[in-house]
Amino acid sequence: MQSLVAARSSVLKQSLRGFASSAARAQAAPLQKPVLNKEFKIYRWNPDEPSQKPTLQTYTIDLNQCGPMVLDALIKIKNEIDPTLTFRRSCREGICGSCAMNINGQNTLACLCRIDRNTGKDTKIYPLPHMYIVKDLVPDLTQFYKQYKSIEPYLQNDNPPADREFLQSQEDRRKLDGMYECILCACCSTSCPSYWWNQDEYLGPATLMAAYRWMADSRDTYKAHRKEKMQNELSLYRCHTIFNCARTCPKGLNPAAAIAKMKLELAAE
Amino acid sequence: MLAHRALGLGPALRQAALRPRNVARNPALHNIVAKRSVQTESLPPSAAQEILNKQRLRRPSSPHFTIYQPQLTWLGSIANRVTGAGLSVLLYGYALAYLVAPDTFSSVNVVDFIHGLPEGVKYAGKAILAAPFAFHSWNGLRHLSWDAGKFLTLKGAYSSGYAVLGLTAVSTVGLLLL
Repeated sequence: MQSLVAARSSVLKQSLRGFASSAARAQAAPLQKPVLNKEFKIYRWNPDEPSQKPTLQTYTIDLNQCGPMVLDALIKIKNEIDPTLTFRRSCREGICGSCAMNINGQNTLACLCRIDRNTGKDTKIYPLPHMYIVKDLVPDLTQFYKQYKSIEPYLQNDNPPADREFLQSQEDRRKLDGMYECILCACCSTSCPSYWWNQDEYLGPATLMAAYRWMADSRDTYKAHRKEKMQNELSLYRCHTIFNCARTCPKGLNPAAAIAKMKLELAAE
Repeated sequence: MLAHRALGLGPALRQAALRPRNVARNPALHNIVAKRSVQTESLPPSAAQEILNKQRLRRPSSPHFTIYQPQLTWLGSIANRVTGAGLSVLLYGYALAYLVAPDTFSSVNVVDFIHGLPEGVKYAGKAILAAPFAFHSWNGLRHLSWDAGKFLTLKGAYSSGYAVLGLTAVSTVGLLLL
């Protein structure tokens, strides 16, 4: 019994000592990280001064005082250096698709793109390629959304089951995998050279994959109507299987394959 | 009052609250400090579209192929275009030239002309013809297999692309040695 008490008191003492030393440690000066400056060159254009041509503006950031992603750097610049820098952002975790832009020559989401910690090279940030610019990194996506709307991106079936929801086999459901995950960030469409040259009539990879997502859905009965809309020279057949879309997709999807399958189905009719 | 708030008078009023006491107490100075220098103009909702359209006319187009990273995907596609166009121009050009002047462009004359060229020029000319022909043919097969539903993954696109480049190199050398 005595030994137990002694043991307990020694534990108490130890913990007291431990507490005291940790408190002392907390008062020590925090470890200073070295300054790691990196240059960011960012496309700027101000609609209030439309006669001035777009320019690249350089900002220098200490990477050790900044989050790991390019979006963190942009937010840091906006908060601390230049509040006029304009870009879209929302979820910061790659599900909203707002912060799509061209970083070091590739379209991607700024929130999913790590900053290259090599300080010898600058990071260049442009808006999505070949789009009309509202301001700085904000492109006008009106046409992109209109095209998406034009393919009727919703389930169409004139004979819904009376007493329950639509049922689907597991194989049929699996056909939609790799297509339904698209977040419409427009990275793929704006990476496509065909879309650059024929944006007014060619639908582009994002919209075409969405179109095929509904053609491939076993619950949709408007397949003939959907295919009929693609039977012209420009809407679908401006796709030359370049694969820039699959290469750039920040969600790892493959619009090129969906479009090729759609072409094959149309040809087999 | 609500309208004032909507116009963003907040900062001005807050400044007024922070100004020194003697100014706050002097009623003669009240209006001077609280007045905003910015004038707003009220517009009907229908004017919004007009303003937007005016802005749209001035918007620049963002840069595209000049800033996009060079990748096998789109550079391969451009090469396919260029080689196809070049080979077609040669074929149609020669055919039309033969139609116009069958004597000057007859096979015998062409063979004689090339026979007279120095060895280096002959090999260079052969290479300039053989490389685009080989690339366009192999890449055409790659496109056919895509249209048949093969190699439709990103990995498939890249490995078939490198295969086309390798086959082009080998068959160009083969055609040179003919």
